[in-house]
Amino acid sequence: MIEKKTEKSKEFSRRAFIIAGIHAGIFTGLAARLGYLQIIQKDKYKTLSDKNRISMRLIPPVRGEITDRFGVPLAVNNQNFRVFLTPEQADDVKDTIKSLKRYIPISEIEEEEIHIRIKKQRSFTPVMVKEDISWDQMAKIEVALPYLAGISINEGKLRNYPLRSSTAHITGYVGLISEAEITKDPITSLPGFRIGKTGVEKSFDNILRGNTGRIQSEINASGREIRELKSNDSQNGRRLSLTIDAELQIFCQNRLAQERSAAAVIMDAHNGDIYSIGSNPSFDPNLFTKKISNEQWQELISHPDKPLNNKAISGQYSPGSTFKMITALAALENGIVDRNYTVHCPGYSEFGRDRFYCWKQSGHGWVNLVSALEQSCDCFFYDIARKTGIKKIGDMAKRFGFGDKIGIDLQGEASGLMPTKAWKMGKLGRKWQIGDTVVAGIGQGYIQSTTLQLAVMTSRLINGGVAINPRILKSIDGIDTKIKREHVLNIDKKNLEMVIRGMEAVMTGKKGTARKAQLEDKEMHMGGKTGTVQVKRITKAQRAAGIKNEDLDWKSRHHALFVGFAPLKKPRYVCSVIVEHGVSGSGSAAPLARDLLQETQIRNPADPNSSIVTK
Amino acid sequence: MLSYFSKEDMSLSEKFFSLNFVYLFFIILIGAVGFLALYSAANGNLDPWALKHLIRFNLGLCGLLVVAMIDIRLWFKFAYIIYALSLALLVVVEIKGQIGMGAQRWINIGFMNLQPSEIMKVAVVLALARFFHLTPIEDIKKTLFLVRPATIAVLPTALVLIQPDLGTALMILMVTAVIFFVVGVRYWIFGVAIGSAIASLPIIWHLLHDYQKKRVLTFLNPESDPLGSGYHIMQSKIALGSGGVSGKGFLQGTQSHLNFLPEKQTDFIFTLLLEEWGFIGGVSLIILFAIVIFYGMIIAVNMNNRFSKLLVFGLIVNFGLYVFINIAMVTGLIPVVGVPLPMISNGGSAMLSVLFGFGLIMSCFVHKNIRINSKL
Repeated sequence: MIEKKTEKSKEFSRRAFIIAGIHAGIFTGLAARLGYLQIIQKDKYKTLSDKNRISMRLIPPVRGEITDRFGVPLAVNNQNFRVFLTPEQADDVKDTIKSLKRYIPISEIEEEEIHIRIKKQRSFTPVMVKEDISWDQMAKIEVALPYLAGISINEGKLRNYPLRSSTAHITGYVGLISEAEITKDPITSLPGFRIGKTGVEKSFDNILRGNTGRIQSEINASGREIRELKSNDSQNGRRLSLTIDAELQIFCQNRLAQERSAAAVIMDAHNGDIYSIGSNPSFDPNLFTKKISNEQWQELISHPDKPLNNKAISGQYSPGSTFKMITALAALENGIVDRNYTVHCPGYSEFGRDRFYCWKQSGHGWVNLVSALEQSCDCFFYDIARKTGIKKIGDMAKRFGFGDKIGIDLQGEASGLMPTKAWKMGKLGRKWQIGDTVVAGIGQGYIQSTTLQLAVMTSRLINGGVAINPRILKSIDGIDTKIKREHVLNIDKKNLEMVIRGMEAVMTGKKGTARKAQLEDKEMHMGGKTGTVQVKRITKAQRAAGIKNEDLDWKSRHHALFVGFAPLKKPRYVCSVIVEHGVSGSGSAAPLARDLLQETQIRNPADPNSSIVTK
Repeated sequence: MLSYFSKEDMSLSEKFFSLNFVYLFFIILIGAVGFLALYSAANGNLDPWALKHLIRFNLGLCGLLVVAMIDIRLWFKFAYIIYALSLALLVVVEIKGQIGMGAQRWINIGFMNLQPSEIMKVAVVLALARFFHLTPIEDIKKTLFLVRPATIAVLPTALVLIQPDLGTALMILMVTAVIFFVVGVRYWIFGVAIGSAIASLPIIWHLLHDYQKKRVLTFLNPESDPLGSGYHIMQSKIALGSGGVSGKGFLQGTQSHLNFLPEKQTDFIFTLLLEEWGFIGGVSLIILFAIVIFYGMIIAVNMNNRFSKLLVFGLIVNFGLYVFINIAMVTGLIPVVGVPLPMISNGGSAMLSVLFGFGLIMSCFVHKNIRINSKL
């Protein structure tokens, strides 16, 4: 019995030892596992742990301001008092909003949106209830805050355009970022971040937006911030000065507003500075910085005169007679005709079986280049255009900026069109006719150009043939941007002088088409060229009946164009104008350009001392 | 007191002074670690866990002493009754749980929620120790003879499995296996048992609840679902790993204090500790557990009667299983099965069950010279 017991006891001890051994093995294994996790893989898990606990919060930078060339603000950041509601701190969200309604109006739709946003977010994340409340409203809420649990007021920034519609097409506007506009820049993911949508705001958005600051903070598993670890300050956007003269811009926009639909460009022929670029009708860009109402939006986009478009760069029209300088230079430079070449104008020209009318039915008689420009005789240009050919006319036009985008730093620029034989065949599938060349010679037919291109053309004519390009950005943070040195077009100075003499005669000659629009002050005398573009073909019946163009309905009337420069003695300022359906260049466009050039010369924005006048 | 106590009866003071105080010291040390861990889990507050743990642990210690003072023969006598009562409680929670529309594993007994499955872990060891007390070695070598002790284990296992509580079921089976092993059951039977267990894996898989299946799948590839069911284990590994060699410092664990670590005060308390104390702390804690376990095994081998040997050894193995399963679980070695770290995790039942077990071990130790008359 005892023997057996000890046998059993020995068996127990033996087997217990095996179990103990297994235990020792397991303990070793667990310690090894800890060693693997805590020593070998330490770095991996350390990183993961930091990823868990550290959250980056972005601090929005203040958007750079935009001023005109003299420092007049065009786009600023106004105080924007915003009311926030933190659901977690409010006893009852509905009650709180109800109490809040005593101080600020909250529509039912807004209230619904607030409730939807509250549901989507974590309860400690504040929800914006209302923005851009007045100082008075803010003060009242501030006083009542102890009774408004969960409500807080915070000051943000709201973009404001103090000159409103006068600079709408230049500044453009900012609006809430769309899905497609989100980039790697962390700023684009900021809630409520507004991005430049059009105009300078868009072209220079990267410079204006600045850099976001970062606050690294420790968060818990539910995303609540526990403490701040470190922060980088945000870098505000840079201040842009444009080449625009704000007061001239206001004047220009107001003058354009006298026409139903018109656009104008005023620029410097020597350095390319755009002093004013106007388009009427315009709109108030401040509508877009807040939420634009659907009615307002519908009104803007359904307006027949397209107020959102900057017609000075996006509107394409046949240049009409303003193109005649190019035809003349093409003929002269290629030696097709000499400066004394004359043509007899009986009121029409015949090429083969086709008859092309001069605008003056009675004809101009014998005309040379200068007098043909002065009176805008079509027959003279029909003749030299036919002799020169479309190829050479097109080449000359391109040198003066036609047929392609100029490349101004504004959105929506159109390229215009300088037709070639190949273009017509490719596009319309028809052969180029002699008649096509003839009408191109007077800037009609397929040729299309923008008001900006006409201003560039005129600048290159009067600056001695330098391929100047327009610029709109003058300086960044007060440091002037470099003016590009442009190449010379290599046009014979004598030929240029001839053309300029013609443009002078338009304004001062006895038969000049725009002589009535010449400025009174001799010092300010200007040169120019009118242009009248058919919108609808004049029928034989109309011609016979002598129906005047201004009697037709607005949409059928001719477009009126004008390009001009001043002062005659020392040409510098250039102005180009389009008055849609303005009947005639001399009747509506020339007086408009005259007013603009007069104001430009009075203000003389090119003079560095003229800023004193402004202030 | 009781008529069947023989002349070998000891006085209460004799019993008290024959307690193994060294062993008691190590047990208290583990409890103290638990207090520190729960204090940290509440971001350095006594509320809501640390203070309760302290009270419960002290109450448990008193219970341990009472159990230790009770004559080993009484435990022997009531072994089957305790087992039967535990089984009855398991049936009760099963019925109550069904009424309560869910896996209810506990009974509210006023001051705490009692989990009968925790008591069962001790009761099975008691019953088996009693069963094998006088079994001749020849009988043990007979395969059919093992049907009865196997039934003792299978009944509660089945009951906890349908709760469902996979962790407890596995623990009961493993403790039973170890007891079978040390009483001398032939080795080949274990081979057959393990073989048939592997063979029946597909059937078991089929019987598992969806959440259990998911735990197993998540265990196999926790990165597959880092925000869903893989979250626990991923965050636990991050906490452990980021603790490094020396830890982030007491109360400095970011994973646990920022709530990334779920169930940090219960099943994942080991992770919380190691995030703050690092590898050094972890190995120290493992050594502390190892001391308690190996010392317990030495006590078992040195017992003079078979009942005490088996009881002490079974209870120690049971304690060891808690530790192994919990640590393996939080370090990502096995699927999450919901086994707490004894005397450290917040929660009453497991700690009381473990302290009850240590009470019985102490009782064996105190009464090691008393002979058990199997006729009792």
